[in-house]
Amino acid sequence: MTLPPFQQLLDAHGPDVHRFLLATVGRDAADDCYQETWLSALRAYPRLRDGSNLRGWLLTIAHRKSIDLLRRRRRAAVPAGELPEVAVLDAPAEDHGIWRLVRELPPKQRTAVALRYAVDADYALIAASMGISEAAARRNVHEGLKRLRREYAP
Amino acid sequence: MSELDAALRGGLPNRPLPDLAAAAAEAGLLDVGYATLDSPVGRLLVAGTPQGVVRVCYVDDERQLEAALGRLAERVSPRILSAPRRLDQARRELEQYFAGRRRQFEVALDWRLTRGFGRRVLRAAARIPFGSVSTYGRVAAAAGSPRGARAAGNALGANPLPIIVPCHRVLHAGGGLGGYTGGLDRKRLLLALEQGGDIGLSVDTTS
Repeated sequence: MTLPPFQQLLDAHGPDVHRFLLATVGRDAADDCYQETWLSALRAYPRLRDGSNLRGWLLTIAHRKSIDLLRRRRRAAVPAGELPEVAVLDAPAEDHGIWRLVRELPPKQRTAVALRYAVDADYALIAASMGISEAAARRNVHEGLKRLRREYAP
Repeated sequence: MSELDAALRGGLPNRPLPDLAAAAAEAGLLDVGYATLDSPVGRLLVAGTPQGVVRVCYVDDERQLEAALGRLAERVSPRILSAPRRLDQARRELEQYFAGRRRQFEVALDWRLTRGFGRRVLRAAARIPFGSVSTYGRVAAAAGSPRGARAAGNALGANPLPIIVPCHRVLHAGGGLGGYTGGLDRKRLLLALEQGGDIGLSVDTTS
């Protein structure tokens, strides 16, 4: 199989991967997570067997990296609770607000909502990226939104 | 659309993308880095491996650039990223050459896109000094095949490192220009440049 030059993937999907990570791990960790995602992809790339869904493949890696990071963060967090978020002065407060709530969703709902709204993914892509069925992808988005609706007060 | 929908759709800040090439090089994952530069003979793609410059190529438009990168993906490695810094030295030397301030290239070369007789021919061509010319026959002889003028011509036509490996300095024994990978206009221009000629004019790449 002939794989396209890696730069093509970066040009085509770099912005989406970054937005997904901004949405799931937040702005302070997004850049590191982004580098880890792309370095993992670059490492595995020459051995890739199936080049038909590169977008799904990259989002799968990004998804895993975000889960790893959140796990590490939880382990590092003081038992009293959440790590304090670093104050972000230049971001519009309300925008920061909704995505902060997304980041507090259970992992699958968080990823599904982020893929749906930050990357504009359809349910087939969400399913492929998360390794779940399309029905489960729908359900996770739906459940996530239901919960957000309860908690979101604009 | 609900307020929640609107908030989700409009709610992420736009942030610049981090640069991957430096991290990839540090992790030993940047098999091929590339940059383009504008020169008096048109736009050039310059690509390098950790060993050195592996490819110089005339690219008149995006399609040619893509095709050249596609061939590198196939023949060297698909781990290819835009990495101008890896090509700093090569770009600087090329700029100096075109400005008339450099007669010899010192940047390390990666010869992996050449082999056998072709490689020997190109190495012989690389020894022709700035401002001089040779012939296909003499280059073939220097590569160990005195009767291989035609094969030498083919090898020079397939030069993966034009300009740096100066195949433009090889002419027909009768004085004819012969061929050139970038077209004869470019060959004439490079020869004129090395004679101290006017290189203010640039190659017409539209035809």
